[in-house]
Amino acid sequence: MKVGLFIPCYIDQFYPQVGIATLSLLEKLGCEVVYPQGQTCCGQPMANSGFEHLTSGCNTLFVDHFQDFDYIVGPSGSCVLHIKDHLHVHGREDKATHIRQRIYELSEFLTDVLKVEHLQARFPHRVGIHQSCHGQRGLGISQMSELVAAPFSKPQQLLKMVEGLELVELKRTDECCGFGGTFCVFEEAVSVKMGKDRIADHVNNGAEYITGNDVSCLMHLEGILKRQQSNVKVLHIAEILNASIN
Amino acid sequence: MSREAILAAIKNNQPAYQELPDLSGFSHAGAGDPAAFKKVVESLGGQVFEIASFTEIQPLVAEHYTDLSKVVAIEDAYLPGAATGWQTGDGRQLEQVDLAIIPGQLGVAENGAIWVTEKEMEVRVLPFITQHLALVISKDAILPTMHDAYARIGGPENGFGAFIAGPSKTADIEQSLVLGAHGAKSLTVFIIG
Amino acid sequence: MEHKHQEHAALADTFNANEPRVNWHDETLWWVRQKRDRMAWSLPEWEELREAASRIKHNVLGNLHDYLLEFEKNAVANGAVVHWAADAAEHNKIVLQLLQEQGVKRMVKSKSMLTEECHLNPYLAEHGIEVVDTDLGERIVQLAKEPPSHIVLPCIHKKKEEIGELFHEHLGTPAGNADPKFLTAAARQHLRKEFIQSRVAITGVNFAVAETGEMVVCTNEGNADMGAHLADVHIACMGLEKIIPQRKHLGVFLRLLARSATGQPITTYSSHFRKPKAGQQLHIVLVDNGRSRQLGREDFRNSLKCIRCGACMNTCPVYRRSGGHSYHNAIAGPIGSILAPNLDMKEYADLPFASTLCGSCSNVCPVKIDIHQQLYKWRQVITKEGYTGKTKAAGMHAMNIVLSKPGLYKTAGGVGRWVMRTFPAVVNNGMNPWYKQREMPAPPKDSFADWYKKNRK
Repeated sequence: MKVGLFIPCYIDQFYPQVGIATLSLLEKLGCEVVYPQGQTCCGQPMANSGFEHLTSGCNTLFVDHFQDFDYIVGPSGSCVLHIKDHLHVHGREDKATHIRQRIYELSEFLTDVLKVEHLQARFPHRVGIHQSCHGQRGLGISQMSELVAAPFSKPQQLLKMVEGLELVELKRTDECCGFGGTFCVFEEAVSVKMGKDRIADHVNNGAEYITGNDVSCLMHLEGILKRQQSNVKVLHIAEILNASIN
Repeated sequence: MSREAILAAIKNNQPAYQELPDLSGFSHAGAGDPAAFKKVVESLGGQVFEIASFTEIQPLVAEHYTDLSKVVAIEDAYLPGAATGWQTGDGRQLEQVDLAIIPGQLGVAENGAIWVTEKEMEVRVLPFITQHLALVISKDAILPTMHDAYARIGGPENGFGAFIAGPSKTADIEQSLVLGAHGAKSLTVFIIG
Repeated sequence: MEHKHQEHAALADTFNANEPRVNWHDETLWWVRQKRDRMAWSLPEWEELREAASRIKHNVLGNLHDYLLEFEKNAVANGAVVHWAADAAEHNKIVLQLLQEQGVKRMVKSKSMLTEECHLNPYLAEHGIEVVDTDLGERIVQLAKEPPSHIVLPCIHKKKEEIGELFHEHLGTPAGNADPKFLTAAARQHLRKEFIQSRVAITGVNFAVAETGEMVVCTNEGNADMGAHLADVHIACMGLEKIIPQRKHLGVFLRLLARSATGQPITTYSSHFRKPKAGQQLHIVLVDNGRSRQLGREDFRNSLKCIRCGACMNTCPVYRRSGGHSYHNAIAGPIGSILAPNLDMKEYADLPFASTLCGSCSNVCPVKIDIHQQLYKWRQVITKEGYTGKTKAAGMHAMNIVLSKPGLYKTAGGVGRWVMRTFPAVVNNGMNPWYKQREMPAPPKDSFADWYKKNRK
């Protein structure tokens, strides 16, 4: 199984440890992983700002780098969703379609493709899950509080395999954190207020760590936590799942 | 005229025709549950009495209401001695009605709604302008859901009809529930049979 | 951008100056969302009902021309007079003329978002006619000289103490009394007088049934009925999209509407107006006002399925923390943000951006409108039409150049982690808004790509 590792731009630049954890986790689970060098970005920052027509450069690069893999895996629900919904390249539609159908967010790749049932991981802390909207409502990696349907959560399923980890219950299970791409700067007041409210829910329920499947949301929450000089830390789910696999 | 222009624009812009969905899966063959109906009406702020004959209405009214100076009853049997001649006028003659007792055609167990038409209320404004409202329905006229209700109602026979579920209410001030906004301040349902 | 109003972000910023009040607003609406959830979970067939409602509305959109004619024919046979208005101005003119024929100077109106959209009240006021809004929440904002901030809960932004003060000033209630029960009783007395005196009543319409020519109006207060049944003339104003095919379809919509809106199993009154009462005139004003245009926009026509329940507002984390007035449109929130650009793309260019695209709105929508996807699509349209700010456009072009060229991306990233540069650059603001209340992540020595090069290849 040849897996192409898709590391979104802000992870590459600011959170390399998330990329490293993702890579080593996949390798330890037996995947042949290649990180195509020269990849940049999925194009979402532009598209969500109304400039989807400017994303053809990103799209072409993406197809160049990822067309030959069995699976493409990325540690970001939001970027994966963008590719799934919007990757098109004129004249290479078959390749783009292949990628759209074979791209996975990390946790759904672990539960649905690798069908992971056990992890040799230990993380003895109280952890709150931040359900990033694009992974949850876009990719459907967990059940949504608005819908009348049976509950499930792929990230939670994985975190429950981690020894010593205690999941905290939240008052609002899946409210948006307010990152929202460029929303976080254009609508600064509401964005920060949403982030503060999400954090308060985790803190009030005793979380020591906030984890999630999207570094963008976590970066936003971390920015607020640091400004508040809070002891609560954020970690990407890959970092926890990779915590001490031997 | 605008009519022609609007219709032309719509004809030009409307999407391809799509069939209506089949709603038969939502209907029920059986009757509605009177206990469930009662529970919902009470949750809406109404009170429910199960009675065996109309003669039980008068003592219940005497027990549960005070200061009733003008009572209107659609059927004489509901309350002997109720006001007469109240139907004449444009509706404003009902401004001083304290209690109106009106038959309902059917009740809906899922939401406590009772279907009342112009035929039963006689003057349209009556169930709304009265200070207190009582509706009388027969036990076997309780149906499970709105789908079943519309199936029973069928095509329109009257100029006006309403589902009434509970007393008039509002929560417009800080979401605090207050009964008696503009319509009846209270609702009593008599289930007979 | 030149706007008649401040943009959403600026208005939201002002709203957020008072954080306890934002918390209160958020909690109040979240409570309504929770009530909605409980009601949805009480019906195991909830998702099937939403699907059925969406498909009925799709059938309506595909057959609207014929349904309108059918409705008109049946309504006329019932004794109603049907008027057609191409836009807000024509709607207002029709209503004014009907009022002038009656010679009235004051009349009652129950809740109608359409008349808000058409700005009927100020228009009539200019012509010397005073409209008394009779929905309690609408009456309150009317006394406060404000527009409604929510389509179902018009004065949800107001605290009871403020309402107490308004009533003291306008209705003569004792100063300092802010008890909702007492204030509601005072409004009941005050508005009963208006109902009794009014010879004309305007109502909105929730559903108009093609098959029967009847209209259904839903209220909890009973104000539509008090007005319409006492008046000599009942004027019902409705958008063209309110049509549904048959009576039995009301079963689907009445099960969804109140559960989605306020978490009640049904509204107190669901009134079916078919024929005018003896001696009464019934006028129905069918209003287009951009709806036929929206019908032609393939990506946006589903917005016409809306039954105005307001669930998307209650669930929207942005709406709850920015307030209805920040949308500067008759219809606020997510649904307002996809309806408004159709009315005036330039004036409402900011609204599709007032969202994180979290998708909660689409999930609660009882007719399954793809609201957040339409917000995304409006962004593309608005940008192509040139209604996005120049600075933002320049920033996006710069971002595109960097992200399209791996070499440039690497250099830009290496020099200072490009996000730090790009984000501030796209906002015309002396200060980087990220930093105002947040820290940036500390830039690591190596990017992941650098690490990979050293450790794997």
